[in-house]
Amino acid sequence: MRIGVLALQGAFREHIMTLEALGAGTVAVRKPEQLDDLSGLIVPGGESTAIGKLMDAYGFYDPIRQQHGAGMALWGTCAGAILLARTVVDAVPGQEPLALMDIEVRRNAYGRQIDSFEADLAFHGMDEPFRGVFIRAPWIESVGEGVEILAEHDGVIVAARQYDLLATTFHPELTGDPRVHRYFLDEVVGAERRIP
Amino acid sequence: MNGNPETGTLRVKTGLAEMLKGGVIMDVVNAEQAKIAEDAGAVAVMALERVPADIRATGGVARMADPLKVREIIEVVSIPVMAKCRIGHFVEAQVLESLKVDYIDESEVLTPADEEFHVDKWAFKIPFVCGARDLGEALRRIDEGAAMIRTKGEPGTGNVVEAVRHMRKVLRDIETVRSAADADIAELAEQMRVPAALVSWVRENGTLPVVNFAAGGIATPSDAALMMQLGCDGIFVGSGVFKSGNPAQRARAIVEATTHFEDADVIARVSENIGEPMVGINIPEIPPAERMQERGW
Repeated sequence: MRIGVLALQGAFREHIMTLEALGAGTVAVRKPEQLDDLSGLIVPGGESTAIGKLMDAYGFYDPIRQQHGAGMALWGTCAGAILLARTVVDAVPGQEPLALMDIEVRRNAYGRQIDSFEADLAFHGMDEPFRGVFIRAPWIESVGEGVEILAEHDGVIVAARQYDLLATTFHPELTGDPRVHRYFLDEVVGAERRIP
Repeated sequence: MNGNPETGTLRVKTGLAEMLKGGVIMDVVNAEQAKIAEDAGAVAVMALERVPADIRATGGVARMADPLKVREIIEVVSIPVMAKCRIGHFVEAQVLESLKVDYIDESEVLTPADEEFHVDKWAFKIPFVCGARDLGEALRRIDEGAAMIRTKGEPGTGNVVEAVRHMRKVLRDIETVRSAADADIAELAEQMRVPAALVSWVRENGTLPVVNFAAGGIATPSDAALMMQLGCDGIFVGSGVFKSGNPAQRARAIVEATTHFEDADVIARVSENIGEPMVGINIPEIPPAERMQERGW
């Protein structure tokens, strides 16, 4: 199984290190042709406007949608969750999401950096809390049918999954705790597209 | 559960720098430039009164930007906004925190306000980035609470040579620490004037404990890719964009070269016909007293 990490900008190296520690093969994806034959793709945290512009300039939108159609699972963290969403609230004009996952995401939902925080989360199926690191984070404002809520903070959805699509508004790759990466590899990659 | 939320932790401070990696942060002096930078794909903008080339040309005391200007820039872009305070000027830093900028650059580009102390950066919830010319200087800033480091380079020159020198020096110093014996750590720490625990961390991990960007003299897409290939995590461009012939196009080109820093075909393509770069200055032509990198310690 090979997992790609979109390496245009942001915290892609940390995802690659965590995946490799779990024994997964990885590819740092900088060109659309590197999407071929991937079991999954992580769209990492970074600046969603910068990543979106580079995705557009290098023609990533349609190839990602096509590969997903052919069975490639996707996980978006923070900026990546914004890019997976069907709808972005407070989007920058001209910013286009991939619109693959039936969630509505609000950008910079908590405010500016001074409002960035970390907190313990009860994550679906985990016995111990997961420390969520939220950096100028978005939140998931609403989810469509068939989307499972995996974690909430203060009554707000911060992790959700729709078949083989996963969105987290926090940064598991910054904690050294591999449990969400393990969940992605075990449960999300290769998942059938039915109601979980 | 409310999950014991905490703001302003070191992880939250260094985390934002992690998110900026592989990106370009551009100096801007007004809202219009900020918008151009955002549209070009900058990951953040640095708000300041004058770009370093103009500070160099006009002389006088260079200070924090007008808060109204910072507000206007915050208003117009959705990417993070950084701003500069003078070395040791903790009240300028307090003002910038009250304006809710996302990062403070305690910068040698401005005229230092204190010749003895840098700002105690642990006292702030907003993270700080600081310049460094070698490992000791970087670790002193980190010990004071900096969550991100950049090379000092020589700002406002459009000449990358000093940024290269500083990055190479940091890398060489890290190698020295890596090959040091247990018994030498205390002495190295004393030479660098930092706690031994920081030096031991560098020896174990072979890297700085925080993100390290390049800054000071980057003017072309190739300059940016050069610094990335040397191992920097991202790029600050000061005067290089808005002192050039075609800022929007050059800004986009530097962004693409930073992402595809190992791909010479991409760098060649984006470098084509992007107008005049800023006029550069050779370092020996700058009297030592006017070299900004000598500010701070």
